[in-house]
Parts: sequence; structure tokens; C-alpha cells
Amino acid sequence: MKGKLFLIAGLLIVVLAATAMAAPFRIAVVMPSATTDMAFSQSMWSALLSVQKAMGGESAVVLKYSENMYKVPDAAAAVRDYASQGFDIVIAHGSQYGSSVQEIAKDFPDVTFAWGTDVNTFGLPNVYAYTAAAEQGGYVNGVMAARLTKSKKVGVTGPVEVGDAKTYIDGFSQGVQSVNTSITLSKTWTGSFSDVALMAAAAKTHIASGADVLTGSSQSVVGSIGAAKDQGSVLWFGTQSDQAPLASKLVVASQVYDWTGMLRDIIAKHKAGTLGGITYTLTLSNGGLKIAYNPSFSLPASVKAAGDAAVKGIAGGSISVTP
Amino acid sequence: MKSMFSLDVIAGILNTMIALATPFLYAALGETIAQTSGVVNLGVDGIMLLSAFAAFYVTLTTGSLWLGLLTAALVGLALGLLMSLVSVTLKAEQGVSGIGLYMFGLGMSSLLFKVLVGTVKTVRGFPPVAIPLLGDIPFVGPILFRNSIPVYSAFLLVPVVWWMLEKTTLGMKIKSVGQNPAAADSLGISVDRIRYLSVCIGATLAGIAGASLSISLLNLFQDNLTAGQGFIAVALVYFGGWSPVGVLGGALLFSVVNSFQLWVQVLGVKIPSSVAVMLPYLLTIAALTVTVNRMRQPAALNKPFQRGEN
Amino acid sequence: MIQVSSEEILLIPQSAVHSASYRLAPRVDWSRIVLNVLLPLVGVIVALLLGAVMLVILKANPLAAYAAMVRGVVGSRFGLTQTLVKATPLLLVGLGICIAFRANVINIGGEGQIIAGALMATWWPLMFSTWPGWLLIPSTMIVGFLGGAAWGFVPGILKARLKVNEILSTIMLNAIALQLMNLLLQGPLMDPAGVAARTFLAQSAQLPHQVWLARLVPRTLLHSGAIVAAVLAVGVYIFLWRTTIGFDIRAVGQNPDAARCSGINVPAFQALSLTLAGGFAGLAGVVEVIGVQHRLLDGLTSGYGFTGIVAALMGGLHPLGLVPASILFGGLLVGADTMQRAVQVPSSLVDVILGLVILFVSGAALWSRKWAARRRITEAIEGDTAGDAIRGDPMNQETPL
Repeated sequence: MKGKLFLIAGLLIVVLAATAMAAPFRIAVVMPSATTDMAFSQSMWSALLSVQKAMGGESAVVLKYSENMYKVPDAAAAVRDYASQGFDIVIAHGSQYGSSVQEIAKDFPDVTFAWGTDVNTFGLPNVYAYTAAAEQGGYVNGVMAARLTKSKKVGVTGPVEVGDAKTYIDGFSQGVQSVNTSITLSKTWTGSFSDVALMAAAAKTHIASGADVLTGSSQSVVGSIGAAKDQGSVLWFGTQSDQAPLASKLVVASQVYDWTGMLRDIIAKHKAGTLGGITYTLTLSNGGLKIAYNPSFSLPASVKAAGDAAVKGIAGGSISVTP
Repeated sequence: MKSMFSLDVIAGILNTMIALATPFLYAALGETIAQTSGVVNLGVDGIMLLSAFAAFYVTLTTGSLWLGLLTAALVGLALGLLMSLVSVTLKAEQGVSGIGLYMFGLGMSSLLFKVLVGTVKTVRGFPPVAIPLLGDIPFVGPILFRNSIPVYSAFLLVPVVWWMLEKTTLGMKIKSVGQNPAAADSLGISVDRIRYLSVCIGATLAGIAGASLSISLLNLFQDNLTAGQGFIAVALVYFGGWSPVGVLGGALLFSVVNSFQLWVQVLGVKIPSSVAVMLPYLLTIAALTVTVNRMRQPAALNKPFQRGEN
Repeated sequence: MIQVSSEEILLIPQSAVHSASYRLAPRVDWSRIVLNVLLPLVGVIVALLLGAVMLVILKANPLAAYAAMVRGVVGSRFGLTQTLVKATPLLLVGLGICIAFRANVINIGGEGQIIAGALMATWWPLMFSTWPGWLLIPSTMIVGFLGGAAWGFVPGILKARLKVNEILSTIMLNAIALQLMNLLLQGPLMDPAGVAARTFLAQSAQLPHQVWLARLVPRTLLHSGAIVAAVLAVGVYIFLWRTTIGFDIRAVGQNPDAARCSGINVPAFQALSLTLAGGFAGLAGVVEVIGVQHRLLDGLTSGYGFTGIVAALMGGLHPLGLVPASILFGGLLVGADTMQRAVQVPSSLVDVILGLVILFVSGAALWSRKWAARRRITEAIEGDTAGDAIRGDPMNQETPL
């Protein structure tokens, strides 16, 4: 008799434990480029991975992704598919996905949709929007670049003058100007986010014209970094992801998009019942934007101090950067 | 502001031009041979991508640049065999099979990159080799004679291909197969075999073009590294009128304008960047409208050959 | 000089050899049709088998993957409609390719022509945003068609007048169109809302609601452009086989020397076919803008300029064959994406499989041609070659570039 009771108790405990082990939280993300692009998509994917790890791994958080979704109707199909599979949060990580999210979110009121980079939640209760104030980190990078250049020439290798490529570079220009208005800042735009060869040629052109500090945006800047490496002493400032691993002696610092804080907040809000309605902006003050200094690069203390001061000023509001 | 026509700006433009022209030269010269035999290979970009990855990966893992180059050539050869099989033996519609090959190469290179490497890494590519004496000639020296071996070979390939096509029996066979396969066939030339050979040579050169990008000029691999350069290379074959010298001219023209527009942007000339980027394409068309294209295309271009069919 | 009409040129060889029993109504060759459908399917299956091998290597279950692929297409209302959504631009671009191919011209300028059409389809409704829908939609379509046609006219006229090869000019014009779109999206066409919010997104303002194409099925992306495309397919068939211009285009393609002898201006008709091909590709851009996105977005071409060529081949270069071919190909694209999501393989595997499909399908055409050649021999013996000549032979394609 006692044995039977123990058996029943044991079974009850197992059953209770099983239900108490809450069904894992399910997040899906749709991205326009590869998770390995060292830029936009990679920043979100690595943030998701670290959130997953922090929350207990795959048993706690299930992640699914669709990458290289640069064809918008396909991305829309992906978003809808994940939503209809009952994912808790579907992230549409690309500014071109806006109209798709606007349509689909209405059909799935129990799913949280997060999309960026933009500030529009369409007035829908289950849509979060997010963006990154890339111009802020750009400004900080610009301040440091202006102090590091010996030739007083700085080069910018940009892809297409839109989106956070434009805002980052605008901020960078303002940062340089704030230190020394006589520094020559040259910009090139290759007209493509993926043409590495042309980006490398652009960087070489800047270098040949005398620039000794470079920056740029998009996944194709790996070409610029390569060109800097070939020359040997040209310095690089990065954005979107930490680009130090590519050229450990030449990358000074990178503005890193850290989505983890925002992701945790969205998850917490979703669990508490708020499925949307807020716009998140990554800034230096809320920690969404970080300046990742390259430990292998010996940055003069005065330059670092200037960088820190810029961060403080922007975070505190005394410096305003408008793209 | 530097004047556009100061000496070092011109030197810089020419320098970048040579770097940009190198992959075009390999790929376009290869495609010239293939097209001279009558086969259009639109899959050049896919071959370049897969070979670029192969060269990069082998160099990354073994540390040997030459092994990487060889692997790239072999990958190109293999894809050339595939293209020949589909386009010559199976007589597929060549424009379409080329697109299939392109997508295959694009997907396979990205897939392998993701699975085997996972993140962007750089390698030490072919270093610049200064030719003694010539490399010291003022102005011209550093531009022309301080490049890496793959760059030199690309330019040296022009007279080699010319000589092969114009002065050897093989070249004569290739041309006859492209002009009049039925006549060539009746003379005992195996049309299919010559076409296989030409397409494979072309694809091997496309493979080397890919390697020149990943282990000489850019020294890394990323998804879609070529960004469509293979298609430009095919276009250059038409521009050059199926003559190696013409192809050289086209590659240089396109690259010099591309290099020029970058300088225009760097020097701060007030022209919208999109217009600057358009310039090489506009000028290539413009150049063709003003020069008379004397070479007529191989008469049997893009026509699969079936004995007794015509 | 004796005036010989084009029809007589095509008839002379056969009628000289055989006293043919003429059939006035074209006989439908069911075996050829079945073969044209079956063989590409075999090619698809072979490619999918190779794909299965790669799935196994990537530690994914091929059965689960392909089940997901099928489920993705036919298992839901959304999947079925999404197939049609993808099929619409494929069909439109493919119709243009068909016309061009019939005149012996290959049009790889689709990407640029789609952009040209899309640009017009953005500028026009924004300019005339107060017009009512019944006026705005047709006029936008016409204007978009004209935009694409202009982008096809340029290589056409360059080929006709200056002998500039159209492969070269279309590849260059593709790049030029892309930069033109960049230029406009960075400046005059950029969404004012994006400028105000300082996000500077690469998109235009949302188009006025009257120009949005009606959605045919709620909660899906299927829009009335699909019907327009289907109607146009019939229209192109009528154009090519029932009008003099269409006949001349096909004559130019089948035998340019004979056509020239009979007085047809071959370069002019080739230019015309390129212009028309551009127009149809432009229409594809229009429907993507006003039917799917409701604004101009960077990347809207989605590679249709190239995949449309593949669909055209799979449809036997016949406008009516293109309808099932584009649906099939669209289904393949939709299914492949669903498969990627289900088994979480890298998206590049989808490109690999698609590339193999295209390679094998294009290779399978040989068997269809051998079959057709054998049929022709049988028919010649049976004395029905005149029927062939009247019908026109879609699979007897010599296509120099």
C-alpha cells in the first residue's frame, strides 16, 4: 500500500515538474542578409544567441531564423509562417519589411512582432519597433578619428546613402568637425551593400589620396578593412558589429549594436501581457549602443578620454547629434 | 583640393585600374575562348564564386597560396565539365543553363562558407612582386611593375590567348567550330570535343579569376564576393569583339572609369555618387556606339550542334 | 524581284517534296505537350534527389524537408496564393522573354526593365495622387509598361542601328537602372516620413490607396495583377499567332534570311521584340509596386529578371505554356523557402537546389527535341509536314544570340 502511494506521489511530482517546466519561449527572426555578415544581421543574431544562453539555452528559448531574405514578399511569407506556427515573438529585422509587418500583425493578435530599423508601430498593439541611433557612435568614432589622424585626412567608404549607413556617417562627420574643422573628410559611396571589390578599391583610393584613418558601413566594408591591412598602418573605425577580429592591429574601435537589453525587455513585456506599442532606440545612454575598443590596439589615453567624454556628452544630452 | 590631373592622382587611378581589371581579364579571356567555339557560358560568376571560396579555404587551412590557386583552377575545370555536359552534350538552352550554373555556384559557395568557415576571415594573399629595374622606372614603375603574380599573369594572358587562337591549330579548330560546325564536322573535327575543351579552358580561367579576388586582391571571402563581376566579364567579350586585345581594351576601359569615378568622389567633386557609379557602364555603351565593331560574332554562337540536323 | 510572302517561303520546301494533305485547323500535338511538361518535371526530381543528399550531409531529414516543401505550397491557403503571387511577375517577365526569343533575341535586361517600370509606377501615382482608382490603376500600368519598354528600346535600337550586341547593352543597362533607382530613392523619391523621422530608409512614400491593386483573397498577398497577367498571356498568344506583326516576329526568329528576302525589316522587328519584352518586364515591376509592396523598395526585382527566363524555358517558350510553368516555378520557390524554415538549413542550400533544377531542366530539353525530331520524321513519311509549317514549330528553336 505504502509502495503504491509512493509510486503515485512520484508520478504526480513528475507530472507537475513537467508542466512546471514551462514550454520554451519561441522566437523567430527574419533577416535580409547572412548571419555571418559582420554587420547588421549578425548583430541581431548574436544578440539572440546570447539572450538564449542567458535564459537557459535551447530548452528555455527556441530560436529559428531565415536569413538572406532580401526579397520582401518571401520575407513576408516567412514572417507569416512563423506567426502561424505559434511563435511568441517574430522579429522582422529589416527596414524594408515594414508594410509586411503592418499587414500580418493584424491577423495574429497574440503574436508579438518586433521590427526595425524604424520608429513606426503602426498604432498596432502587438508591434514593437526598434532602431539604432547610429549617428551617436558615429560621432564618438569621429571625435577619436580626428585626434588620431596624422595626415589630417580621413576617409569614409559608404555603400548607399540611406538608412543607418547614412546616419552613422553623418554622425561621424559631425564628430570629426567638432574636433578640427580643417581636417579633410572624403566620402565615397559604392552604390551597393555587397560589392566588396569596389569597396576595397574605394578604400585604396582614399589611402592613395593621403587618408590614414578610415571608416564605413555595411557588410562590404570587409573590403576596406582588407585594403587598410594591405597598406599596413591605416586605422579603422567600425560600426554595427565588432570588427576588431578582422584586423587586430588596425581596428581602433567599433560601435556595436547591442540588442540584448531590448530583447530581454520585449520578452519580459510579452510574458507580462504587453505585446507591443513601444519604439525602442538603441542609444549610448541606454547601453544599446556600445563602443567596443580593440584591446590589441594601443589607444593613446588622451584619445580615449576624448572618446569617453563624447559618449558622456551624448548620453547626458549636452551634445546633440542629428543626422 | 588636389587637382584631378596631378600626377599622383593619375598614378593612383591607373593603379586601382589594374587591380580592378585583373579578374575581368581572366574571366573574359576564358569566356572569349568558349564563345569562339560557339558556347555562351553565363555561369561565369558562379564559377568565380565557388573557385574563390575554394582558393580561400585551401589557403586558410593549408597556408599554401599555390595550392589554393590550383584548387580554384580545378574547381573551375569541374564546373566547366558540368557546363559542357549540359550545354554541349545535352544541348541545353545555353543562356538558361548558364543561369542555373550561376545560382549553383552562388549557393554552393555561400553554403560551404557558412558551414566550413562561419565568419569573415582574412588570409595573406599573393604579395606584390617588384620586377627589378622595371619596377624602379619613375611613375610607370610602381604602377605597372609592382603587382602580384596573379595580376601579372592576367595581363600576360592576353598575348598568350591571342597566339593560341590565331597561330595554333587548336585555335583554328576552335574558330571553325564556332563559325561553321557542320563544315568542321565534315572535315573530321570533333565539334563536341573542341567545345568541351574550350568551355573547360574558359571555366578554368574563370576559376583563376575567382582566386585572384580571394587570395590576391581582397584576401578574404564573403557571401557573393564577386557581386556580378562575372556578368560584366561576359559583356566585355561582346565589347571586345571576341578578340583578346579588344577584351583587354574593354576591361581597361571599364576599370579605369570605375577607378576614376572613385577618385572623383574622394576629391569631393560635386556629382551625385549614383551618377559617378553609373559612369563605367554608361561609357562602355557609349564607347561601343562610336567605335565600329568589325568582328562579327561566331556564326554558330549559342546554337547547339547536332550532326545532320541543320 | 518576285514578291514572295513569308507564309509561302515556309511552305515551299515541304510542298515541293510532298503533295501534302493540308489541315486547315492546327492539330494539337498532345504527346509533345505532355513531354514538354513531363521532362522538366523529371529534371526537377533529379535535382531534388541531389538536394536530398546535401540535406543529409547538413544533418537535416530530407523526407521532412521535402514534406515541408510540399506542405508549404499546397498545404495552406497562404501557400497556394503565395505561389500565384510569385508566379505573376514570373509570368509577365516570361511573356516578354517569349516574344524576344521568338525573334531570336535573348533579353537579359529584365532586372533593369523591372526597375524602370517600377520607377514609373511609383512616380506617376505620387504625382497624380488625387485621381480616382479606375483612372489611376490603368494609367499607372500603361506608364509602367512604357517605362520598361523604353528600357528595352534602348538596347533594341542600339542593336538595330549600331550593331551593339544586346547582351552587352542589357547587362550595362541593368546596372545603370539600379543606380538610377538609388539616385531617386536617396533624393526626390525618398519617403518624407523617413526624412522627418531621420531614419532615411531606402523606400518611397506609400502610394495612394486608390492605386493599390485589389487583394483577391483576404489575409494573403494575392492581388488582381495575377488576373491581368493571365489575360495578357492569352493576349500574347493571340498576338504572336494571330496577327501579322506576330507572324513577322516569329518569321524573323525561325529564318532571318528568308524573312529578310521576303521584305521584313529584321533589325526593326528585333528591336520591337526587345521593346515589348522590356514593357512586359516593366509591368512586372508595376504589379510588384502597386500590388504587393504599395511602395518602391530597394530590392524589389527579386531576381525575376533572371528567373523569368527560366520560367519561359520551362514553359516551352509558349505564352500559354508559360502559365503552368510560372505557377510550377513559383511553387518551387515558395516551397523551397518553407523547407528552409522547417528544417533550418542555410538559405544558400535553396539556391543550390534551384540552380541544379535549372541545370537539369535545361538539359532535359534535349530529349524533348529528339522526340520532336523523331515525330517530324514520322510526319514527313505520313505527309503531314504542311500542317507543321502552318502551325509553326515552337520546339524547333535555333536561337543564336
